[in-house]
Parts: sequence; structure tokens; C-alpha cells
Amino acid sequence: MVDVEDIDRLLTLMTGDEKHSLAALSTLDVIRVLYERVLEISPETADDPRRDRFLLSKGHGPMAYYAVLCSRGFFPESWLGSWGTFDSPLGHHPDRNLVPGVEISSGSLGHGLPLGVGTALGLRAQGIDARVVVLVGDAELDEGSNHEALEVAAALGLDTMTVVVVDNRSTSYAVPGRIAERFATEGWQVTTVEGRDHDALEKALSERGVGRPNAVVATVLDRAEVAA
Amino acid sequence: MTTLIRDPRTQFGRTATDLLDEDLSTALVIAEISARFFGGALRRHPDRALNVGIREQLLVNVGAGMALTGMRPIVHTFGTFLVERAFEQVKLGFGHQGVGGVLVGVGGSFDAAMAGRTHQTPGDVALMDTLPDVAIHAPGTAAETEEVLRTAVAAEGLHYVRVVEQTNAESFAGSGLHVVRRGAGATVIALGPVLDEVLAATSDRDVTVLYAHTVRPFDGPALRRLLTTPEVVLVEPWLAGTSARCVTDALVDVPHRLLALGTRRMELRHYGSPAEHQRAHGLDAAGIRRSLESFLAA
Repeated sequence: MVDVEDIDRLLTLMTGDEKHSLAALSTLDVIRVLYERVLEISPETADDPRRDRFLLSKGHGPMAYYAVLCSRGFFPESWLGSWGTFDSPLGHHPDRNLVPGVEISSGSLGHGLPLGVGTALGLRAQGIDARVVVLVGDAELDEGSNHEALEVAAALGLDTMTVVVVDNRSTSYAVPGRIAERFATEGWQVTTVEGRDHDALEKALSERGVGRPNAVVATVLDRAEVAA
Repeated sequence: MTTLIRDPRTQFGRTATDLLDEDLSTALVIAEISARFFGGALRRHPDRALNVGIREQLLVNVGAGMALTGMRPIVHTFGTFLVERAFEQVKLGFGHQGVGGVLVGVGGSFDAAMAGRTHQTPGDVALMDTLPDVAIHAPGTAAETEEVLRTAVAAEGLHYVRVVEQTNAESFAGSGLHVVRRGAGATVIALGPVLDEVLAATSDRDVTVLYAHTVRPFDGPALRRLLTTPEVVLVEPWLAGTSARCVTDALVDVPHRLLALGTRRMELRHYGSPAEHQRAHGLDAAGIRRSLESFLAA
């Protein structure tokens, strides 16, 4: 079992890039809980058509993602120190063609949720009941493409699908409660949890609505807000 | 084999429906457009044939997501909304993810003459040509539409099929450049449904006429082999010059002159018929003949 010191150590192997480091920390707990407690994914089953899928749509801040994948054995620790260099498979946005265990190449916002809908539909058409979990950021939901996807996911009853919104209140023009209401209006099962609380995250992320997709809003306040 | 009919778009509907019936790994995603062709397919294959509504960004990425699970999606709407509106989804959802699919766009440069600029896509081939390893097909008949769709769905990688109302009289089987007529003078290359206009424009000239419905990959070796005098005329019913780079690459060490005909960049801001639009762009037989005369006289 990986402990938090291991993850911290792996994170410190990747240095620099302030912009990415803050975003990386906001997603760390959600990604850890998904890989450690919720999803059926491992290096041994990385090519199994029946594996659960985790799609990191918010490709900014992949440090947390890389650290967790590394801790789960998808690639060696030696990759972390040279991330972002010319020959490294680890870029500042992940590439599924370069990194074992990465399901989608992301970076441009607003693609993961629509790709997740297609993935869930493709699995359903093949009779595979695997879960598809997409991580998006609250500001990423500014992109209209997400709204095309979340409407149709509910209309088609994609109950294998879960969207976890890491809400660190980074969107401009925020409206309190809008994210949860937006999903609920379309018919999603919605839970809002504290985004650092592993037990609460595990419970919310493990639940599955019947005949409707699931949204988990994981609220993550940055250090300044916590201090205030 | 699907029963052949004359209209390429109706043929697309029939062939795509047959492919869904024949192969469990084939999927169809549409965005309202052409729903009238797919009533039976949507009913028979509710898990593999999907209408996502008027949501083109989702349309393309749903196809890409299905491809990520190993399926072979046919993704369809008007060419302009498929390739231009949702280009980043094409570039990243398919291209950058490294998965394949078959994008089928209808309308092209002229079908929507009365609808206006919003529904026309003279730039689709040029735009798709910015991506690596995309196969681009511009069938000139219903039979060619059937052939390229079946070929593209059976193949791997990303394919774009451009289905339009304009047709040629004759169908050609197989990709690559076909020799339609052999002559001693210039080489005229017709890409897609402009062959009949090219043949009419060159009827009294001793030129070679080549034709291809699959325009990427471009058959450069055949052009090198068949070239006689060093004049090449390219005629394509989309943005002029789109395939000029392919001719240049094929003839990089062969001194030659090139006339590249296609739609012009200016907006017409006229309505009327597809034939009137072809004429306005100089792509009717008389227009091609005029351009050819002045090029060969130079």
C-alpha cells in the first residue's frame, strides 16, 4: 500500500512549473482514491477491454496523476525526474501514446467528458460493464462541449459513467451551487463532497445511479482559502 | 453488395446501413442530419447507431470515444460542421489520440448553393490535409461512394469521405490515378466529380486525362510515370491549389509548369444552383477550357 510520504516523494521528483503544481495538488486526493480504492485498473490489466477507465480531462497539472500512476507500477520512478524534457514520455500534458495507463491524451479543455460519453457508449455496445470516470475542473466546465456531453449522457442513461468535478473555484463568473444544479437538472445523480476527505470521496465515487450517470463535485479550497 | 442507386448521398445511407447490419464492430454517429436515411439502422442497432442531436463537437468525440474501445465509427453530418466546426475534435479526438474512424461529410462546395456560405465547405480537403496520414476520398458516383465507404470502414486509420450531389458518368474502381485518356501533350488531373467537365473541356486536345476519387494519399508515382510534356493541370472541386503540394512533391526533380484550378477564395454571395456556382468558380467545361487555353498558350 502506498502512503502519503511515497506520493510526496514522487511529486518532489518532478520539479518546477508553479502553474502546474497548484493544479496538480487539487486533483491528488481524488486520483489517489480512484486508483487505490475505487477503480479496477492495474498495469496487468491495462490492455484488458473490461478494465475500468479513468480519463483525466483536465490535463493541466498531471504531476499528481503521474505520481499515482508511478506508485501503482505503471512506469518506473526513473521517468519522473526528467519529465518535460525532449525524450521523456511525460509531458506537461499527458499523451496516451507515450504513457502506460493513460487513457486519453488531454490538455485542451472540454474533450474528456465527450470522449468519456463515447467510451461508455462503445463499452455498452460491446456488453462491457466497466466504469468510465472522467475528471474535469470547475473552470473547464466553461467549455460548451461539456454541456453537449452531459445532456446526452443523461438522455442515454449512461450509468457506467461518473464525472468528478474538482471544484477549486477557479472559474471566472462562478455561481455558487451551479455545477451540482447543472448536472441534477439534466438527470444526473449528484453528490457534493469535501475533496480532501478520502472516505467521503470513496463513498461518493463508489456509488452508481441506476439508469443515470453520476456526478461528484469534489470541493477543494486552496491554502489561502483554508487559512482565511 | 448493396443495391446501387444514382444519388451518392442516398447510396451512403444504404451502404452505411448495410455495414451496420454486417459487422458488429461498426458504429454510426449522426447529428440530426441525414436522419431520414437511418430510421431502420437507429431502430435495429440502438447501441451502435446513435443520433446525438445538434451537437457536432460531441458527435466527433463520441465517435472517437467509441474508437478508443475498439469500434469502427462512421461519423456523419454536413461537411462544414463535421470538419470545420469540430476540427479540434477531429485533430485531438481522432488524430492525437491515435485512433481511427470514417468521417463522412455531405454538401461539399456546391450542394448548398441556395443555402449560402454557412453550409458550404470548399476548405474541408485543405483542412483535413493539415493532419498526418488521413485518407481523403471524393467519390464521383454512387458506385464509387459504395466502394470507398466499404474500403474505408474495412481499413484502419482516419478517413474523410466527401459526399456531394455532382457526379461523373463513369465509375472507377480502386484508389490511385486512373488513365481516362492518353495523349501526347499536357497531363490534366481530375479529382472527384469534375471529370465530365474536364473531358468536355479537353475533347479536342491531345492531352492525357487522369482521374482519382481517393485524393489522399495522392498517387505521385503514377503521375511521374505518365507525364509526357512538362505541363500539369490540376482540377479539384474545392479550394484551388489544395493538391498542388502533392504534384510539387511528386515532380520535385522534374521541371514542370502547374495550373491549379479549384474554387476561388472570394465569397460569391450568390445563391441559385450548384451548376451556377461551378460556373462562377470557372469549374464548368467552358471555364476549364478558357483557363487551359491561356495556360498552354503561355
